[in-house]
Amino acid sequence: MLRNVVVAVLLWLVVTLAPAFSLSDYHLFQLTMVVVYAIAILGLAILTGFNGQISLGHGAFYAIGAYTTAILMYQYDVPYWATLPVSAIVCAAFGFLIGLPALRLAGLYLALTTFALAVAVPQLLKHNALEPWTGGVQGLVIDKPDPPFGLDLSPDQWLYMFCLTVGALLFLLAWNIVRGRIGRAMMAIRDQALAAEAMGIDIALLKTRTFALSAMYTGIAGSLGAIVVQFVAPDSFGIFVSIYFFVGLVVGGVSSIGGAIFGGLFIEFVPNLAEKVSKAAPGAVYGVILIAVMFLMPGGAAGFVGSLFARFRRGTKSAELRPATIGGSGADNVAAGVPGGAEPDAGGNRGV
Amino acid sequence: MEGVLHQVLSGIASGGIYASVALALVMIYQATHHVNFAQGEMATLSTYIALTLINAGFSYWIALVITVVVSFILGLLIERILMRPMMDAPVLASVGVFIGLLLIINSSTGWMFDYMIKTFPTPFPGGPVLFSGYVSGHELGAFFVTLIVLIAVYLFFRHTKLGLAMRAAAFNPVSSRLVGIRVGWMLALGWGLAASIGAVAGMMVAPIVYLDPNMMAGILLYAFAGALLGGIDNPLGAVLGGFAVGIIENLAGAYLVGTELKLTVALIIIVAVLVVKPSGLLGRTVLSRV
Repeated sequence: MLRNVVVAVLLWLVVTLAPAFSLSDYHLFQLTMVVVYAIAILGLAILTGFNGQISLGHGAFYAIGAYTTAILMYQYDVPYWATLPVSAIVCAAFGFLIGLPALRLAGLYLALTTFALAVAVPQLLKHNALEPWTGGVQGLVIDKPDPPFGLDLSPDQWLYMFCLTVGALLFLLAWNIVRGRIGRAMMAIRDQALAAEAMGIDIALLKTRTFALSAMYTGIAGSLGAIVVQFVAPDSFGIFVSIYFFVGLVVGGVSSIGGAIFGGLFIEFVPNLAEKVSKAAPGAVYGVILIAVMFLMPGGAAGFVGSLFARFRRGTKSAELRPATIGGSGADNVAAGVPGGAEPDAGGNRGV
Repeated sequence: MEGVLHQVLSGIASGGIYASVALALVMIYQATHHVNFAQGEMATLSTYIALTLINAGFSYWIALVITVVVSFILGLLIERILMRPMMDAPVLASVGVFIGLLLIINSSTGWMFDYMIKTFPTPFPGGPVLFSGYVSGHELGAFFVTLIVLIAVYLFFRHTKLGLAMRAAAFNPVSSRLVGIRVGWMLALGWGLAASIGAVAGMMVAPIVYLDPNMMAGILLYAFAGALLGGIDNPLGAVLGGFAVGIIENLAGAYLVGTELKLTVALIIIVAVLVVKPSGLLGRTVLSRV
């Protein structure tokens, strides 16, 4: 146990410090955005992947988080780190409220409603009534925070470390939630709601709370994103933010914690690469990859890696432990049949 | 009072367009229980095709016919290639494919026709013509065109053998197959028809909102709202719902929330319908555990 902690901390230091001192400020900025997107996608994964509630509108929570931070910093001079808890609470509250009507909306309808929410968000942010806080169409410009305690770091280096630390804590939390009682209840609702209820799970309570938790994650990501980009404006939170999160989620693997990191890498770097071809290319590349993933590896990157691992392990185990493939893709929860190996990140998107 | 009349009339005009897109959505929903998130982008692509044809020297109406045919084929191909394997896939997978389609079509229209906002010609005489200047010539013309489309679709489904077969295939695929209807092709035809209807709607709305790759995003939302309001499994309901949303949107924009929040009105309608009466005004109530 102690050894694990030491290893984790050492690994952590390497991941934090190595890029911070070896990369240029711009590349650090990109890596910071990867962390931000990964947190946002993790929020979506908690809701869509583990609880089966499809959201195409998580850009809305990202926007709420970003604006909460920006307004607090710009209008009330709150230090950047202190805005995160506020933004977490605000977004969780919004998520809870939206989770209430979502209780009555199964799969497709929820997707539709959240889609509508995402389309409407820029309009709401632009509205006159909110202009004294939001700055209307112009948006708000906020200052880049300086490193604390007089540390000899550039703001980008500090921000990278800060975001990575927040992200690591959030990932750890999500990991524990998903592997624990609550996570199993979430997945039970996803896979077989009736049976879950019969086993004593309060579906309404858990679904709304999952929504709140998910919105909190994406909202915190929004706050961090606002601090990193130093700018919020209504038009940067259009429907495409939500869609990109969805793409990142699917490509990384819907019910996977680690997949969120891959999704973050994907939506940060793939557009950069694709944009070298043409301005329109990122969208097309996203679309093609999204459809290809749906057809070829429904478990996403994480599911794919998981199935590779499972295949490797299967080779070393006796034949009778081999799980029967339950129809469809080989990536579908291959590990589920292996005793003690029910890793949540090996799951496909079945039953969603 | 005259102001209200004006708002209602122009609400009916835009409602016709929402009604056609809503009808396209409902046709696909009825047959496959998929909601086509890419419906708007498909219509935008069709409108660009029409513009290209018009610029190439075709007359408006010939361009319209060619566009409708091309859109029909495109819709057919999309169903055959992309949607067929997704027939029994989980909701998340079909939503993923639709979103992928939306992204592909959106960026390829941007890539092929650039992102500049373009004007789109109208075949109808310009200037206000009716009701002491409350309705422009284009609005009136667009209203009649959408009305003709809706009536044609109605007649097709009610009074032709093919229409009956398509309804049967949507209503009960297994039995339809047993009596010799080629269910797969009926679904593909439905997609083709939906794409054609969307194409006409796109061409009618483009002169009003101007043409750019994201033109239909808002309209799709109103169409969703209309389809849900009328009942997403009822074509007639969808049409009425589309008109109703057009009127509500205009009245609310003028008197309640202001024009900046029009899209939010659509959101509120969607949430309200789904929470208060999920089957819509005319839809069938389907009991299932959520």
